[in-house]
Amino acid sequence: MSETQPRPAPGADQGASDVDHEHDILAEIKAEVAQDLADERPPAGGPAYQVASALFVLLVGLAGAWLAYGYGIGSLRRPGPGLWPFIVSCLIVVLAVVLLVVGRHLDDTEKFTRSSLLVAVGAATFVALGFLLPVVGFEIPAVLLGIVWLRFLGGESWRSTIVISVLTTAAFYGLFLYALSVPLPHLIAL
Amino acid sequence: MDFSAFLDGFGVVTQPGNLLYCLIGVVVGMLIGVLPGLGPAATMAILLPVVYSAHDPVAAIIMLAGIYYGAQYGGTITSVLLRIPGEASSVVTVFDGFALAKQGKAGTALGIAAIGSFIGATISIIGLTLLGPLVAEFALDFGPPEYAALALLGVLLVATIGNGNTVKALAAAAIGLLLATVGSDSFTSADRFTFGSLNLEDGIDFVVVAMGLFGVGEILYNLEERHGKPHVPAAIANIWPSRKDLKEAGPAIGRGSFIGFVLGVLPGGGAVMASLAAYAAEKRVAKDPSRFGRGAIEGVAGPESANNAAATSSFIPLLTIGIPANASMAMLYAALLVVGVTPGPQLIDERPDLFWGVVNSMYIGNLILLLLSIPLVGIFVRILRVRPAILAPITALITILGVYTIRNSVFDIFLMIFFGVVGYLMKKFGFEPGPMVLAFVLGSLIESSFRRSMLIFEGDASGFVTRPISGTILAFVVLVIAFPLIKRALRRKTPDTDTTPETVQREDSLR
Repeated sequence: MSETQPRPAPGADQGASDVDHEHDILAEIKAEVAQDLADERPPAGGPAYQVASALFVLLVGLAGAWLAYGYGIGSLRRPGPGLWPFIVSCLIVVLAVVLLVVGRHLDDTEKFTRSSLLVAVGAATFVALGFLLPVVGFEIPAVLLGIVWLRFLGGESWRSTIVISVLTTAAFYGLFLYALSVPLPHLIAL
Repeated sequence: MDFSAFLDGFGVVTQPGNLLYCLIGVVVGMLIGVLPGLGPAATMAILLPVVYSAHDPVAAIIMLAGIYYGAQYGGTITSVLLRIPGEASSVVTVFDGFALAKQGKAGTALGIAAIGSFIGATISIIGLTLLGPLVAEFALDFGPPEYAALALLGVLLVATIGNGNTVKALAAAAIGLLLATVGSDSFTSADRFTFGSLNLEDGIDFVVVAMGLFGVGEILYNLEERHGKPHVPAAIANIWPSRKDLKEAGPAIGRGSFIGFVLGVLPGGGAVMASLAAYAAEKRVAKDPSRFGRGAIEGVAGPESANNAAATSSFIPLLTIGIPANASMAMLYAALLVVGVTPGPQLIDERPDLFWGVVNSMYIGNLILLLLSIPLVGIFVRILRVRPAILAPITALITILGVYTIRNSVFDIFLMIFFGVVGYLMKKFGFEPGPMVLAFVLGSLIESSFRRSMLIFEGDASGFVTRPISGTILAFVVLVIAFPLIKRALRRKTPDTDTTPETVQREDSLR
């Protein structure tokens, strides 16, 4: 990357150092990228979200440190089981405090919106499949999960919902039980 | 370099089974690159269970590697045609790629990008072939203190250079380190953070964590973000670039390959940073920088060569030292541990079939990708018409059934869902899951190296600093922490709202 070309500096600011100049181009690109991405993101959550997340991190750190202390710190010469987790927990606490102090006005959180409910439903179907799998095998829960995701979360037509759910389940039946021959709980014995 | 082992590597790759897995890997990589949503790290996480059930572990590793570098090719297509980057590393390609597409030159942009990607990747593989054994030999002298320092540096760099707020990324990484301590302590076999659960006694399986944080987390996140309608791209023609195009793009491809190779080797550098840096470099050396953003072919050629070169060279620290340089490499690290191989400098001697098999599969995988992305690009363009809503339940099912097959354990399913919800919430609250997963994967290595070092040093922590290699690495650690702080302190005086000090540091290192 030799600099043989005359540097096309914007304006007459030739005195600016190399670093500053590179800064400009990269910063410009990054700003453009950020702008592009920001167009597609939901609104930021604001200080309440920031404080809540920092407090949660703080809680994790404090709990970790307290528990680790209980496991026995030992000494530097003979480290106990709690020493390393204790060090890490202290680090977490420090970072959480920094976040509480300087992070209040960051804009990197996303507000929960009505469409966040879709996520809750999606997670619930995961849990349901986890409960049903060992009881009734994977076929029925898998078809049901497909129906919920395609019809209710994805807004597909009933026809494509049924076709895709059944075909997907059948494909997984073949893939897991025959191609990979892993023992997956199943109802239909072929 | 052991030349016969290198040639034997080609013997490994050309076994039909391995070739097939290589093909599957690059095609899957290309597909997820084309489809916005799941990234390569998430896909690799979701497919980790394949490593358990594959008949030949080498084949599974070859497949996972293929997903990673294949995704770099696929990401270009949506950037150029739809102005939507399929992968983060193709973000800058959007500017000039889409401008070219609007001028009816989408084919040219895709053709040049494919050729640039191929050249960038191939140069990088040659670099890996030549440099890999040397680095491994050097790293053989590393003891526990060096490993502790190196892994710490890796986690730190990934946290500071990645997207998002640095403090948040560091907090995520620290929590990852803490999670890695769950289970029975390997030194004293005392239980830590198990809360009496037998399932947690063996520790939390990183495969389950990765599948949750990356896989389920991204699936859930996409459920909310999905914009419904598929995008119908315009038809493309003239995929073969003219001689004039090639001549214009040639130097950019060369520069991009070099930048990509260097940045890829550094932990945390990776494909995203490399493509940004290459775009900046092209804009800087251009006679007329105002062309950029309006359809400059160099603006496509440079970043696309760079992201592929970086994707390839980021295998170097993993395969030769045993330190994954980014989240996708952390998945490969996990996969290697699953098949009972500890990545590190001894890998090349103990498992030459695996080392050279994987490295040489990249030569062939990139050749396949070149074929896929020039003559067969039409097929992948058509895939863009598939609605995201249809793919979501399929990936969801693969993930749940996949995690169950690892140990036939329902507990694993729930643990994965838990981490999936955590991953989703992290994204909502501005925390990147990447540093957490990486720190989690490296956590036990850092802890055991640290404790072994303390035993070696007989409790005197200054030993880390006085040993030459670990001391140098720790000096870097301090530099990485101090640099942004100093930068910020200096900037207080000038009201400049720039937030990319690390980027500049990286840029400087290239000169």
